[in-house]
Amino acid sequence: MSNSEPMLAADGTPLKRSLARALRREKMRALMLIAPLLLFILLTFILPVADMLYRSVDNKIVSEILPRTVVALQDWDADSGELPDEAVFAAMAADLQQAAQEKTHTKVGVRLNYEQPGISSLFRKSGRKAKKWNVEEGGPWKEQLIEVHKGWGDPEVWRTIQTYSPRVTQGYYLNAVDMQVGTNGAEMRPENEQIYGILFWRTMKMSLIITLSCIALGYPVAWLLANLPARHANLLMILVLLPFWTSLLVRTSAWKIMLQQQGVINDVLVWIGFVADDSRLVMINNQFGTIVAMTHILLPFMILPMYSVMQTIPPSYLRAAKSLGATNWTAFWRVYFPQSIPGIGAGSILVFILAIGYYITPALVGGTTGTFISNRIAFHISSSLNWGLAAALGAILLAVVLILYWAYDKIVGIDNVKLG
Amino acid sequence: MKLTKTLMASTALTVAAGAVVAEDMAMEMTLVSWGGAYQASQHKAYVEPYLAANPGVTVTWDESSGEAVAKLRAMDEAGNVTWDLVDVVASDSMRLCDEGLAEELAHDDVLASAPDGTSASDDFGDLIVSDCFVPQIVYSTTFGYRTDLVGDTAPTEICAIFDLEAYPGKRALQKRPIDNMEWALYCDGVEKDAIYDTLGTPEGVDRALAKLDTIKDQVVWWTAGAETPQLLADGEVVMGSTFNGRLFSAIAEQNQPIGMLWDMQSFDLDGWIVPANLPADRKARVMDFLKFATDTQRLADQAKYISYGPARASSAPLVGKHEELGIDMAPHMPTDPANAGNVHVYDYEWWADNRDDLDAKFQAWLAK
Repeated sequence: MSNSEPMLAADGTPLKRSLARALRREKMRALMLIAPLLLFILLTFILPVADMLYRSVDNKIVSEILPRTVVALQDWDADSGELPDEAVFAAMAADLQQAAQEKTHTKVGVRLNYEQPGISSLFRKSGRKAKKWNVEEGGPWKEQLIEVHKGWGDPEVWRTIQTYSPRVTQGYYLNAVDMQVGTNGAEMRPENEQIYGILFWRTMKMSLIITLSCIALGYPVAWLLANLPARHANLLMILVLLPFWTSLLVRTSAWKIMLQQQGVINDVLVWIGFVADDSRLVMINNQFGTIVAMTHILLPFMILPMYSVMQTIPPSYLRAAKSLGATNWTAFWRVYFPQSIPGIGAGSILVFILAIGYYITPALVGGTTGTFISNRIAFHISSSLNWGLAAALGAILLAVVLILYWAYDKIVGIDNVKLG
Repeated sequence: MKLTKTLMASTALTVAAGAVVAEDMAMEMTLVSWGGAYQASQHKAYVEPYLAANPGVTVTWDESSGEAVAKLRAMDEAGNVTWDLVDVVASDSMRLCDEGLAEELAHDDVLASAPDGTSASDDFGDLIVSDCFVPQIVYSTTFGYRTDLVGDTAPTEICAIFDLEAYPGKRALQKRPIDNMEWALYCDGVEKDAIYDTLGTPEGVDRALAKLDTIKDQVVWWTAGAETPQLLADGEVVMGSTFNGRLFSAIAEQNQPIGMLWDMQSFDLDGWIVPANLPADRKARVMDFLKFATDTQRLADQAKYISYGPARASSAPLVGKHEELGIDMAPHMPTDPANAGNVHVYDYEWWADNRDDLDAKFQAWLAK
């Protein structure tokens, strides 16, 4: 038998091929088994997220609804301070008429209005007239358009159309970091319009404070849960879980009643004479209120992972440390605490990431200084309908979370995180 | 007599119309509204009589008007609009119309004329603020104050909200630039006619925000209409803005010590829109219902359950007493002459153009 002869399986095919086929079949079967889940995640999570992310740069609406104008405007010099020539106005007239017939003229008006106030009504009013125009023979369009609406005589309007002609735009991202496209490229917005930087920073800072408060309050509770006799521990566990099962809105409203100026806490403080009746503490509709309410709401997410990690730490280690001469504090700090870090890590990641995306509680108790970036995202999704800006803000938030996650992995190590 | 006759006539008409094309009409309808007392008033005034006249039709309510614009856009993009008729505020109707998400309507063709023959578009008049909008009610955003916390002289004019010396204490204002900016300018001495011209300039915006700055640390900002009555009832604020119907129920139904401050109340409208591109059978049903639900009698009936003014001029004389409390409803309507002496008329087109820009400035101001 020579070496070049392949080994054959019982049915005569080369063994290698036969093995590969069997393995492939195994893999296919495994894939088939997870296929429903994979498909579900793809359809309900990955595709919508990708679609939303794409919206943050998508700008094809302008070139689709105003195709002729976009081409005609290409050679116009916006810095000349003069209006574009007749050809551009004629192209706009033709585009407007077609758009008005297809009822899309207001859509592009709304889009451009995000960049320059007033364009929305410019398109709405002009579209009404445009249906009656004779595009072939009418004109001159420059005079006629300006007569319909004086906005067409403003070079800034044409500049905005030209700037936002390309099919993709960085405009939403610039807006999301308080910048705008100025005459010399990107520039900061005027100070009285800067908001997102403040909100991103505040969201990060407050989420961190909330996470730290959760650690401070949750650690002793988790320790008790893990170390009390089962009878007491179970009761304590119910106390931890009970708020968890209560509606978020109920818990938030309860904090309102507790913290407001005519609320329970202030009433008690006044009654015992700690504060005067006319100088009641302001504890809600500010950052303090948000931190208190969110710490309470997110506390179970901190306690449960800590508890499940602490349960796995044998109590004999502490006893051993003490028997070797360690004080209570040394035994805890050098022996117990390091072993509980994976629980703190898991709880912190959970709480921090949940806190960053929270918007109901900050909206209800945050007032003006305690609201988060997510409140603005929700506003742009459901109220202003500026989904491009919402997507850009969401994408930045996602990027920040991923960077923090990466940093966490570098510093603490993600293998060090345990949920039990 | 006249009342029953109109009622019988319109019912007969609906039944007759229903008989002709019944097989072409869907038998199910999904109506979208705000929930609460307002939706209940719609159900009693429009839906129950309609169902009685059209046995076999079923109506489902969806309480999603608060996020109707976003949901409708999402449904439209998914190609699966499940709503048949949506209750929205006027500014949202403009936005939906602009986005092509709401059907443009020929008001005179699809809506009932007034009993005296006035066409629908004349009967509704200026309240048809967009081609897609069928107005139902006029409501107002106005102020209520705690009668026991404002001292001896109750406030009678709007600028009391900026007067911290005469009326110390917190105020509740809606967390949005609309209305607040106009009130601020008005109380800073700008003529009513010049408010929007002033607000259209950067200096005007600064001026309005500077005026609001004088009370900023005394303001509790609300986002849901129910917050102000609650804040007033708890004594958290001495005065606050909200929808007039909310104040009515706090005063008349819950007997709270709250007074109405109607001066410079800001009129706004609420009404129906039909989502664009409905299938023919569903559209036929919803247009049939819409014609019935927005006729003179139905709009007047709604005022029996809630203190919002009917949008038709011809409905006003028919407004009667509250169904349960038995009190005369007319004096509680924002449109009552005694209340409407000095009103602020909200400029929809202006806000459609400037809302995004001013909102950014307002939020930046709030965050500082």
